[in-house]
Amino acid sequence: MYSRTYKTLVSTPPLLWVGLFLLLPYALMFAHSFWAVQDGVLVHHWNLANYQKLFAKSLYAEVLFRTMRIAVSVMLCSLLLGYPLAYYLSFRSGARKKLLYQLVIVPLWVSYLVRGYAWKTILGSEGVLNGFLQYFHITHEPVSFLLYSPFAVVLVLSHIYTPFVFLPIYASLEHIPRPLVEASQDLGAGSISTFFRVILPLSMPGLLAGATFAFVLSLGDFLAPLLVGGSSGTMIANIVQTLFGATYDWPLGAAISVCILLITLSLLFLTERLERRWSFK
Amino acid sequence: MGEHAPLLELRAVAKHFGARDVLKNVLLNIASGEFLTLLGESGSGKTTLLRLIAGFEQPTAGEIWMSGERLDVLPPYKRRVNTVFQNYALFPHLSVRDNVAYGLRVQGAPKNEIPGRVAEALSMVKMTAFTAARPSRLSGGQQQRVALARALVNRPQLLLLDEPLSALDANLRKEMQSELKALQREIGITFLFVTHDQEEAMALSDRIALLRDGSLEQVASPRDIYARPATAYTAQFIGQTNLLRSEIRGSIATCGVLRWPVEDADGPAVFSLRPEAIRLSPEGKRQTNEVKFRGSIRQQIYGGASELLEVDCGAGQLLRVRLPACGPLNGERDFVFSIADAIPVTD
Repeated sequence: MYSRTYKTLVSTPPLLWVGLFLLLPYALMFAHSFWAVQDGVLVHHWNLANYQKLFAKSLYAEVLFRTMRIAVSVMLCSLLLGYPLAYYLSFRSGARKKLLYQLVIVPLWVSYLVRGYAWKTILGSEGVLNGFLQYFHITHEPVSFLLYSPFAVVLVLSHIYTPFVFLPIYASLEHIPRPLVEASQDLGAGSISTFFRVILPLSMPGLLAGATFAFVLSLGDFLAPLLVGGSSGTMIANIVQTLFGATYDWPLGAAISVCILLITLSLLFLTERLERRWSFK
Repeated sequence: MGEHAPLLELRAVAKHFGARDVLKNVLLNIASGEFLTLLGESGSGKTTLLRLIAGFEQPTAGEIWMSGERLDVLPPYKRRVNTVFQNYALFPHLSVRDNVAYGLRVQGAPKNEIPGRVAEALSMVKMTAFTAARPSRLSGGQQQRVALARALVNRPQLLLLDEPLSALDANLRKEMQSELKALQREIGITFLFVTHDQEEAMALSDRIALLRDGSLEQVASPRDIYARPATAYTAQFIGQTNLLRSEIRGSIATCGVLRWPVEDADGPAVFSLRPEAIRLSPEGKRQTNEVKFRGSIRQQIYGGASELLEVDCGAGQLLRVRLPACGPLNGERDFVFSIADAIPVTD
C-alpha cells in the first residue's frame, strides 16, 4: 500500500494543473457571462442580459447554426473519407499497410496554417483549380464559390480532420479479431453482409470517437473560416474572438463560449454513453 | 467405411507460402458420416489443410471435391462446410441466440423457421438456458458449445473443427470429447477434426490421418494405426514405443542383446515394440515364438493402473516396459515378448 504522503505527492501536480488551467478559467468564463460592460469598462453587475442578447439577436443564432451545420458537414465528409481509408488499410492493404499508414499520418506534422494557406492558393480566383478549369475551357471565368464560402471551410476542415477521424477508426478495426471475419464468411455471409453485420458494429467505438473529434474540433475552429471562409463562412469562434478583441464585450463573448461548451459537453456525454453501448469487452 | 460414398476428396493438394511447402501432394478421401481426425505436430500443416477446405486459403496445386462438385473454386460463403474455430470466434456484439441464428439469417432462411432451428441447435448442445447471454458472460466450455451450435444449425455436409478442445482444462476436455462423439453419431454429419493430441485423436476418430511436415504419414483407424504403424515416426507419435534398430542376417534380426527369427531379407531394419508387449517372464521354459531377455530395472514410474519401467538389457540398451500395477520392482528380472509384436516399420 502507498503511504498518504506518497499519494498526496503524486496527485497534487495533476490536480493543481486541472484546477489552475481548467476549472479556474471555466469559472471565470462562467462568471464573466453574467457580468456587463458599461462605457467600455467591465462591471461586475450580475445579470442575464448577455444570454438574452444571444437569443434575441438573430445574427448570433444564425452563425451558431451555420457553425453546427459546418461541423456536421465536416464530420460526415471526414467519416466518408476516413472510414473507407481505415477499412482499406486495415483489411485490404496487405504489405503496404505500414507505408500507407505513414502517408496518412505525415500531413499531421505539417502546420495547420500552412495547409490552410495551401488551400487558399488552390481555391482562389487566380488559384490552381480555377486556372485548371479555365485552361481546359470547363468554365470561362473564375468559379467564385470555391473560396471565401462555407464550402471552402468544410473542405479545408475535412482535409485537416480526416486523419483524426481515420486514427480511432483504424485502431478499432485493427482490434477486430480476424477469425470473426472468417467465421462470418464461413457461416455464409459475403463481404458486404460481413461488413454491415460484423465489422461496422465492432468498429462503432472508433467511429463514434472519430465523429466526435471532427465535430468538436470543427465547432471551435476559427482559423479555417478566417483563412478561407469570407463573410459567408464566418463561424461562432470568429464572433467570440471579435467580442474578446476588437469589440471588447467579454461578457457576451463568455456567454457564447458557455453555450458552445454546453453543446460540446452534452455531445461528449452522449458519445460516452453510445461508446459504452457498443463495447463488448 | 466401405458402404459410404466419399464425401470429400483431396486430390494431390499442395500449398506453398512463399518458399515454404506447407502441404505436399495430399491425397485423402473422407467418407460421408465419418469422424476423421487430422493429427500432427504444430507446423505439420493440419490447420492449413482445414483452411483450404473451409476456403480461407487457396491450394497452390491440386483440387478439392465435395459431393461430386469442385469445392476449391468456391468462396467460403458458398461452401456447405462450417467451422468451429480454435478460439470459438463468437461474435461479441451478438447474444447467444443471434450468434446461432447468424448463418440462417445471412443465407436468408425463412424467418418463421429461424427461432425453432436455433432453439433446436441450442438444446442439442445443452445451452438453452443461455439463449439471451452475451458470449463474454460464458465460460470457455459454454462458448465452445455455442460455437458448435452456430455451425451445426446450418446443417453442413461437413463440419471442420480446429483444435476446438485445446483451450479447455483436462476434465472438461474429456467430458466434451465424449459429448462430441455422441453428438456426431446422433446427427450423422461428417466431422473433420484437427488436433495435436494423439490421445484425443484415438478416443474420437473413426480414422486418423497423421500429417508430418505437410505430407500424410499414415491414414488408418485408431486401432490399426496403433497396432500396425507403418513408419517409425507414426509408432513414436501414436502412443509410446521402443524402436529396435536391428540388423538382419540369415533370417535372424539382431538388436543389441535381442535376437529373433524374421522372414525379411538381409540388411538394416527397424521394428516397433510397444512397452506393454513386454512382460515379466514366468518361470519355466520360453515358447518358441517369444524372445526372452534379462534386464535390470533402472527406473519405475507408477501410473495408477500400470507401471512404466525403464529396463537396461545390457550394454546400455534401454527398453520401456509397461506392466499392470504390481508394486515396487528392482534388480534384475527376466522379460519376454512375442515376436509377432515386433512390428517392422520404415524409418
